[in-house]
Amino acid sequence: MKKKTQLAKLVLSFAMLGAISHAAIAEDLTGTLAKIKENGVVVIGHRESSVPFSYYDANQKVVGYSQDYADKIVDAVKEALNMPDLQVKYLPITSQNRIPLLQNGSYDFECGSTTNNVARQQQADFSDTIFIVGTRFLVKESSKIKDIDDLKGKNVVVTSGTTSEVKLNNINDEQKLNIRIITTKDHGDSFRTLESGRAAAFLIDDALLAGERSRAKKPSQWVIVGKPLSYEAYGCMLRKGDTQFKALMDKEISNYQTSGQAEKSFNRWFKEPIPPKGLNMNFDLSPEMKALFAAPNDKALD
Amino acid sequence: MATSWNWGIFLQPTPFGDTTYLGWIWLGFEMTILLALSSGILAFLVGSFFGVLRTLPNRFLAFIGTCYVELFRNVPLIIHLFFWVYAMPMLVPESVRDWLYNDLDPMFFTFLMATIGLGLFTGARICEQVRTAIISIPAGQKNAAIALGLTLRQSYLYIILPNAYRRVLPPLTSEMLNMVKNSAVASTIGYIDLTKQASQLLEHAGRPYESFIAITIGYVIINIAIMLIMQFIEKRVRLPGTIGGKA
Repeated sequence: MKKKTQLAKLVLSFAMLGAISHAAIAEDLTGTLAKIKENGVVVIGHRESSVPFSYYDANQKVVGYSQDYADKIVDAVKEALNMPDLQVKYLPITSQNRIPLLQNGSYDFECGSTTNNVARQQQADFSDTIFIVGTRFLVKESSKIKDIDDLKGKNVVVTSGTTSEVKLNNINDEQKLNIRIITTKDHGDSFRTLESGRAAAFLIDDALLAGERSRAKKPSQWVIVGKPLSYEAYGCMLRKGDTQFKALMDKEISNYQTSGQAEKSFNRWFKEPIPPKGLNMNFDLSPEMKALFAAPNDKALD
Repeated sequence: MATSWNWGIFLQPTPFGDTTYLGWIWLGFEMTILLALSSGILAFLVGSFFGVLRTLPNRFLAFIGTCYVELFRNVPLIIHLFFWVYAMPMLVPESVRDWLYNDLDPMFFTFLMATIGLGLFTGARICEQVRTAIISIPAGQKNAAIALGLTLRQSYLYIILPNAYRRVLPPLTSEMLNMVKNSAVASTIGYIDLTKQASQLLEHAGRPYESFIAITIGYVIINIAIMLIMQFIEKRVRLPGTIGGKA
C-alpha cells in the first residue's frame, strides 16, 4: 500500500514536472514580453499633442489613430501572456527623449508619429507601418502659392529635427531657390510662425498640417499645396533586437489593416469631428495608405 | 544601459549634405560663443546702467532701476525669449513688423531676439551685483569726494566705480558662466546653438548619448575659457592693500 502511494507520488511529480517544462517551452519569453510578464505591467509611450495620432482628449486620456494600434497591441499582449488583468501604464514622451527612454526601459513600446528611417533603425526596431505621410506645404489661400517654385527667396518654416527640414535644405541647395529657412522646436510654434506672417509656408507631414490647420483661428484660410517632397512611414517603436515582441506587434497590425478595422479607425480620426474640441481634419485616405492596408509591411521609405 | 557607442558618427556627413556631424557641432559651438559675447556685452552695459541708477540719490531714477530688476529677474527666461520672438512683433507698427520679418534674414532676427532676451535677463542680475558692489564701498569715500569738490558724476567715475567694479568681478564671473548655460534656452526659438545641434544629431542620426556628451564638452570649454579670462582680468586690476592684492 505504502509502495503504491510512493509510486503514485513519483508519477504525479514527473507529470507535474513535465507540465511545467512544457509550459516553459510554450512561453519561453524573451525581451519585452518577459519583462511584462515578470512585472505584470506594460508601459506605453505616447505623445501629448500629435493630433490626431496620439494626444490627450478633454479628460486627459490618451487617444488617437496611433493609440488605437497601441490598444490593439496591448490586447494581443494580454492574450499571449494569458494575463487579462495586465496593468497598463502611460508615459508621455517627446521626439527628443523617445529613443533614450525606450533604451533604458522606461517604457516598452510607443505608437505615435515616429518615422521609421534607416538612421533610427540603428537604435530601435519598428513594427509594421501604421501610417504613410507625404511632406507638403501649408500656405495662406490668398497667397496663390502652388508649389515649391513659388517660394523662391521667401521664408519657409519647418520644425527642427524633422525629415522635412532635411528635404527642404537639400532641395534648396540643389535648385538654388534661396529659400530662407526658419526652424522652430515644435509644430505649434511653426504654425504660429506661419500664422503671424513671419513665414510664407510651413513644410511638414501632410497629416500633421491637417491637424494644425484644424486648430487655426480660421481653418478655411489655409490650404495644403504642392507635390509631396518625400514620403515617410510611421511605425510603432520597440527595443532593438526584440524579435519576439516585434512578431507579435506585426501580426496584430497586419490583421488590423487587412481586416478593414484600420480604415475604420482612419475615418474616425481623419474624417469625423475629434475630441477635445470637435474639430475635423478633413483628410482623405491617400493611395499610399490604401496600398499599405492591402499589403502591410515594415519598410522605411528613405 | 543598452547602448552601443558610435563615436565615428561625428565624421559622417549630415543629411543636409553640407558638412559632417562634427561640423554641425562646431557651428553650434561658434553660435553659442557669438550669442554669449553679444548678450554678455548687452547685459554688462544694461546691468551697469541700471545698477548705478539704483544707487543714485534721485528717488525716481532709483525706482526705474528697481522696476527693471524686479520685472526682468522674476520672469522665466523662456518667457522673455517667446515674448521677443512671438509677441513683440505683434505690438509694433505694420512697417516695422514687415522689416523684422521680411527684410531681416530670419537667422539674424532669431539672433537679435535671443541677444535682447538673454542680455536683458542677465542684465537684471548684473544690475544687482553692481548695485551691491557700489553700496559696499564705504560712504566715507563718496562723502570725501564730494567734500573735495567733485561732482556726483565725478565721484562715481573716479572714486566709487573703479573700486566697485573690482568687487563685482568674482560674482560677474559666475553670472557669465550662468549666462552661457542659460543661452541653451535660445535653442527653443530656433537659434542654432550647441543645444539645438545636439537635438539635431539626436533626431537625424539617432545618437542621443554621443551628441549630448559632445555639447557638454563644448560648454565646459567655453566656461573654462571665461573663467581663465576673468581670473586674468582680476589679477591685472587688483590693487595693493586690498583683498587679495599685495601690500
